[in-house]
Amino acid sequence: MLFKLSVKNIKKSFKNYAIYFLTLVLGIAIFYMFNSLDAQETMLAVSSSTRQILKLMVNMLLVISVFIAVILGFLIVYANNFLIKRRKKEFGIYMTLGMGRRKISKILLIETILIGIVSLIVGLLIGIFGSQLMSIVTAKMFEADMTKFEFIFSSAATIKTIIYFGIMYLAVLFFNTITISKYKLIDLITAVRKNEKVKIKNTFLCIIVFLISISLLGWAYYTVTVNFNSLMGEDFEGLLPPVVCGCIGTFLFFWSMSGFVLKLVQSSKKIYLKNVNMFVLRQINAKINTTVFSMTVICLMLFVTICVLSSAISINNSFTESLKELTPVDINISKFRTINKKENTKEYSIREVLQLADFDMNNFKDITETSMYTVKDLTMEETLGSLKKEVLEKFPMVQFDSSEIIMKLSDYNKVAKLYGNEEFTLNNNEYVVTCDYENMKNIRNMALNNNQEIDIDGIKLSPKYKECKNGFIQISGSHINLGIIIVPDNIELKEKISIEDYLIANYNADTQEGKQKIEDIIIDNGFTDRIAALEEKGNINASTKIIVYQSSIGLSGMVTFIALYLGIIFLIASSAILALKELSESSDNRDRYSILRKIGADEKMINKALFMQIGIFFLIPLLLAVVHSIFGIQFALKILETIDSVGNLTKPIILTSGFIIIIYGGYFVATYLCSKNIIKD
Amino acid sequence: MSKILKIENMEKYYGNKGNVTKAVDNISFDVEKTDFVAIMGASGSGKTTLLNCISTIDKVTSGHIYINDQDITKIKGNKLNKFRREELGFIFQDFNLLDTLTAYENIALALTIQKVNAKEIDRRVRDIAKKLEIEDVLNKYPYQVSGGQKQRIASARAIITNPKLVLADEPTGALDSKSARQLLESFEYLNKEMEATILMVTHDAFTASYAKRILFIKDGKIFNELIKGNSTRKEFFQKIIDVVTLLGGELNDVI
Repeated sequence: MLFKLSVKNIKKSFKNYAIYFLTLVLGIAIFYMFNSLDAQETMLAVSSSTRQILKLMVNMLLVISVFIAVILGFLIVYANNFLIKRRKKEFGIYMTLGMGRRKISKILLIETILIGIVSLIVGLLIGIFGSQLMSIVTAKMFEADMTKFEFIFSSAATIKTIIYFGIMYLAVLFFNTITISKYKLIDLITAVRKNEKVKIKNTFLCIIVFLISISLLGWAYYTVTVNFNSLMGEDFEGLLPPVVCGCIGTFLFFWSMSGFVLKLVQSSKKIYLKNVNMFVLRQINAKINTTVFSMTVICLMLFVTICVLSSAISINNSFTESLKELTPVDINISKFRTINKKENTKEYSIREVLQLADFDMNNFKDITETSMYTVKDLTMEETLGSLKKEVLEKFPMVQFDSSEIIMKLSDYNKVAKLYGNEEFTLNNNEYVVTCDYENMKNIRNMALNNNQEIDIDGIKLSPKYKECKNGFIQISGSHINLGIIIVPDNIELKEKISIEDYLIANYNADTQEGKQKIEDIIIDNGFTDRIAALEEKGNINASTKIIVYQSSIGLSGMVTFIALYLGIIFLIASSAILALKELSESSDNRDRYSILRKIGADEKMINKALFMQIGIFFLIPLLLAVVHSIFGIQFALKILETIDSVGNLTKPIILTSGFIIIIYGGYFVATYLCSKNIIKD
Repeated sequence: MSKILKIENMEKYYGNKGNVTKAVDNISFDVEKTDFVAIMGASGSGKTTLLNCISTIDKVTSGHIYINDQDITKIKGNKLNKFRREELGFIFQDFNLLDTLTAYENIALALTIQKVNAKEIDRRVRDIAKKLEIEDVLNKYPYQVSGGQKQRIASARAIITNPKLVLADEPTGALDSKSARQLLESFEYLNKEMEATILMVTHDAFTASYAKRILFIKDGKIFNELIKGNSTRKEFFQKIIDVVTLLGGELNDVI
C-alpha cells in the first residue's frame, strides 16, 4: 500500500521532481565520466610519459572526487528539503487521517530509493555513453592515437559512483526523517495559507549598506589587481582579507539591493506602472528577502566556475602556443666533453656515439652542431657586478656562484638561423645576452642597463644591448633559458670548466607518421641499451619535440581536465539550486498568475512576466559573478604569469561563456518551461 | 436605453452523449445600461455557469451572448483576453488580490496591463479610492486590511477600467454582515453615481435586495423575475423571501 502511494506520488509530482531528477542524473553521469578515466587510459595508445601523467591525474581525481561528492551531497540534501517543504500539506492530510510519522518516513524512504535507483540507472547509462564521447576529447587533448576505438565500461567507476551516491541518498533519508519529526500537524495543514511576511527594510539603511558593500568589493578588486604585488608573500596570506571582504561584500550587496532597487524603480512611475513590471518586481522582491543567502552562494560559485574554467583553458592555449615556438626542431642531443681526460682516451663526438650505436645518420636532416662553454672566472657574480646587493634583496634565491654559459657568436648564429631566432653581429669588445626566463630576464636587464662589463681572461667586453634578447638553444616545454652570454668568435676561452656539445637536427621525414617512425628508433629499448653499453663514452642526452609535446600537453591537459570537472559540477550545483528555488515557489506563483489571468492579462503578458521573473533571478547572481570574474581572472593570470606567460584571453572566455550558456542557460530554460506548465492550470 | 448585455437562447451542457447535464437550459434576458441585476439560485442551479459564460471564461454550447452589441461567443483567443480586459470588470468571492502587492498596486495593475500611462493611473487610482473610502489603506498589503476593505479594493480594481459590465460572483460570500452592508452600499454608489452596470450572482437574499432587478434560476432555467421599482429595500427583501419560499428547497436554508 505504501509502495503504491509512493509510486503515485512520484508520478503525480513528476513536474516538480523533473529538475531534481535532472540534476541527480547529470551529477551521476559526470561523476562516472571523470572517474572512469583510468579505464579510458587503457584504450588510448598513449606514450609512457603521457601514461604517467594520466596516472597522476587519476590519483588527483580520486581526491577531487571526494570533494565533489561532498558538494553534490549538500546539493541533493538541500534540493530534497525543498521538495519536502512543498509537500507539507500532503503530509498534513496523511497525519489527520491517522498516519504516523514513522509511516510517512517510510513513504519517503520508498520514494527516495525509487528515485535513487532510477536516477542511478539513467545517470550511469548517460555516463557510460558520455565517457565514450569524452575519450575522444581526452585523446585529442593528450594527442593519443584513437585508431583502436572500442567500447569501454569501467566497473570500478560504476561501483564507486553507486557507493558515493548511495551514501548521499542515506544522508537525504536521515535529513528527511529529521525534517518530518520536527513538523507540527497544525503547521502542516496551514502551510499553504501562511503568508510570507514581507519584511520592509529601511531604505536609508539599505543605501548605506549598499555603499558599504560597493566599497568592500571595490577594495577587494583593487587589492587583487592593482595592489597585486603586496599579496605575493608567503602562502598568499595577504589573500585572505580581500577574499573575506569579497564574500561579505557580495552578501551585503544582495541584502541591500532587495530593499533598494524596488524603491529605485518605484520612484520612476513611468517604468513601475508599465505593463506587468510592477507585478514582476514585487514577485522578485517578495522572495529576494529570503534568498539573499543562496544568491550569495550561487554568485560566488559562478565566480569560481568562471575563473577556474577560463584560466585553465587559457593555460592550455598558451602552453600549446609557446610549445610551437619552443620546439622549432625535432631533436636536441647533448654531450659533455671530458675536460681533464686521461692520456690516450679518445673523445667521441655525438655523431660517433650515434654511429657506434648503429644509428643511421640519414634519418636526420638540417644537422647543426654547436658547443656551449663555462669558464672559471665568469659567474653570475661577475655579470651582475655592482648590482649584487640590490638583486640579492629582491631575489634571494639567485645563486651567484653558478657559472655563466658562454657561446661563440658563429656557434650561436648557426642555431638561431635554423630556429628562426634573431641572429647577431658583434664588435670585438661587445657581448649579447639571450634569456627567456621571465624572472631572470628582469635581473639581467638591470645589469645590462648598468652597462656591466665582463672580463674573460683579461679581455673586457661591454654589452651591445641594454637588455636581454630572446633566444635559446635547448628545446623544452617552457621558457627555461636562464641566460647565454654570446661573445665574439676571436675570444679565446682558456680555463674552461665544461664544454657541452650539441647536435641539433630535424627528422628526415615529411609526414607525422614518418617522424614518429624515426622517433620510435630513438626511444626504442634496443637503441638506448646500445648507448648505455658504451658507458662513459656514450654519455649522451636527447630531448625530442614529441616527448616535450607529450609531457607538456599532458600537464596542461590535466589542469584543464580537472578544471572542467570542478567547473561543470559547480555550474550544475548553482543552477540547480536556483532552479529548484524558483520551482518550489511555483505553487504560490500559480495562484498569483491565475489572478493576473482573471483580471484580463493575456497569455503573452503572463508568459512575459514569468520569463522576466525567472530571468532576473538567474541574471542577478550571474551579473555580479561576471563583474567579480573580470578582476578574478586578472588575478589568476598574474599568478600564472609567474609560472609561464599567458596568451590571448578571447578563446578561453568564449569557451567559458559557452559552458555557462549551455548549462546555466539550459537550467534557466528548463525552469521557465516547468514553471509555465505549473502556472497553466 | 441601450442594452449592455443581451443573452439569446443560451444553453450549456456538460457531459457526453449518454449522460448530459443541462447546466443552463435555454435562458434569454437583457441587461440595460446602469442596471443592477442579481441572479439568485440554489447551488447547482446553474448561476455560476451562466456567469462564467458571460465572463468569457467558459464557452456556451449554443445560443448567443451580446455585450455592447458584440457577440462574444464568436470572439477567439487573444481578442477574447483583450475584450475581457477592456469591457469587463470582475469581483470574486475570495477577493483574488495579489498578496505581494499593496492595495494601490493591486488597483493600478488593472490599468497597467491595459497600458494606460503612469500619470493617468495615479490620478484614477486615487480618485476611485476616495469614492470607495479606502484611501488610508492604499499603501497596505492585503494581509494588513480587513475582509470588507479587501473586497472594496477588489471592487475598485474592477471598476477602475470603466468596464461596460461589472460581474460579481458571490461578492459578500466571505464577509461578515457589517462589511457586506458596507460593500453593497459601495455597489449602490458605483451603480448610481458612476453609472456602472452590475451583474451579481448570489444566493443571499439580503445581498440581492440591493439590486434593482432579480432573476431567479432553478435547474438552469429562469424561474421568476422581481423588479424593485419604487418599493423600499425592506419591501423588496420581503418579496424576495416570498419567491425563495416558493422556490423551496435548499435556498430556504440560506436566508
